[in-house]
Amino acid sequence: MYPENLRYTKEHEWVRVEGDSGVIGITHHAQNELGDIVYVDLPKVGAAAEQGKTIGSVESVKAVSDIYSPVSGEVIEINEALTQSPEKLNEDPHGEAWLVKIRLSAPEEINSLMSASDYQTYIGE
Amino acid sequence: MTASAVPLLQTPLNSAHRKLGARMVDFGGWDMPVQYSSILEEHHAVRRAVGLFDVSHMGEIDIRGPQAFQLVDYVTPNAVSRLKNGQAHYSALLYEHGGFVDDILVHKVADDHYFLCVNASNQDKDFEHIRQHNTFDCQVDFSSPSYAQLAVQGPRSVETLQKLTATDLNALKYYHFTDGEVSGVPARIARSGYTGEIGFEIYFQPASAEKLWTGLLAAGEEFGIKPAGLGARNTLRLECAMALYGHEITASINPLEAGLGRMVKFDKGDFIGRQALLQQQEKGVTRLLTGFEMTGRGIGRDGYEIHAGASPAGWVTSGGPSPTLNKNIGLCYLPVSHAQPGRTIQILIRNQPVDAVTRPIPFYKRAS
Repeated sequence: MYPENLRYTKEHEWVRVEGDSGVIGITHHAQNELGDIVYVDLPKVGAAAEQGKTIGSVESVKAVSDIYSPVSGEVIEINEALTQSPEKLNEDPHGEAWLVKIRLSAPEEINSLMSASDYQTYIGE
Repeated sequence: MTASAVPLLQTPLNSAHRKLGARMVDFGGWDMPVQYSSILEEHHAVRRAVGLFDVSHMGEIDIRGPQAFQLVDYVTPNAVSRLKNGQAHYSALLYEHGGFVDDILVHKVADDHYFLCVNASNQDKDFEHIRQHNTFDCQVDFSSPSYAQLAVQGPRSVETLQKLTATDLNALKYYHFTDGEVSGVPARIARSGYTGEIGFEIYFQPASAEKLWTGLLAAGEEFGIKPAGLGARNTLRLECAMALYGHEITASINPLEAGLGRMVKFDKGDFIGRQALLQQQEKGVTRLLTGFEMTGRGIGRDGYEIHAGASPAGWVTSGGPSPTLNKNIGLCYLPVSHAQPGRTIQILIRNQPVDAVTRPIPFYKRAS
């Protein structure tokens, strides 16, 4: 369920490092807790992201939930497809429904994040 | 003491919900299912087929006695004299200043017996309020512990429930009820609901809750019945612009402001709140419950502030996605000058103004 090549936060985001950038998303656990996702608010390309700070929000039928950036850097790409099809976040949160790509300004931040097995322990699965 | 130190109240179906994998939430002190599979699926099941809700948390109050009519007519603004035996109407309990104690359903069981259905989180307050004003020597009973309540709602609700009862459901008109049996269990069957679809609300003894719950799910299986939680209950009622206590109606909102003037019958004689409402009616209301639809990107949620031009104008009482209309909709209070449909307003979503336009309510009406 939780790919080994991702690193995870306590706020239920993940990051996958690709060279000097990181792809960011929310976890399966997060989408499951939220329920039907109906709206995604993403930052603009060029925006600055800071580890642990809000970069957007995800809304289900019932509630709004902040997205906290797992890493610091500059937003270089956003997943435009989610604007039209936010429900993809329920279907494939670790894959197709990634949120943003960030050029890492402090790659060592990755070390502070959880491994897949640590994350599974953290959420009690 | 923290909230978590107080044990949540449970309906007799608590373990049945958990068995179905429901996600449970604290709803006004009650441990209630918010969803079983998906709010959207449950919502569509009710609009297109049939859904089953456990609403056993709702409160019931019985008022009996030779002057039962006088008491009920005094504590509620609607004209109780217009009710026939076996008929119900939407009404309220009001304070002298016209604000809501609660919104309620009044059922006339007999000339000397009225049965009220009230909101779960208000039931103790409602009971005290009625008792305080009982100068009519009535017997006022807090009957909630004697009742479980299920709501069967949706276009296939008649066929579903008919399988389990000898009562002719097609003969039961909207806002009428009858005492009969469901699966052999004595039950009060009312044609009413909170979804905007054809449907029934069934009151019966808590000991039979599991029997009726499983019986109705089985009876509705061929029609695609789904157990539905409070999440779908909320999106369904929002599309129909039905008020929810604590949101559209509160102690500081009166029925004229809430667009519920139809429940206020000034000509019936004295009732609690009449003077204040009469004055309000003569002066005219300053704010009015209004519908809106988001035109900008975002969802206006409960409590968000509304601006018109650059100045604060009101607030969102309930807002969210409409699964039926596939739009983001909501209800809000706005000054009367801004309450006509077609006005552009701004809803502050995380301090950013996002455009919305006022709309007539209800947003959704069942094709009849």
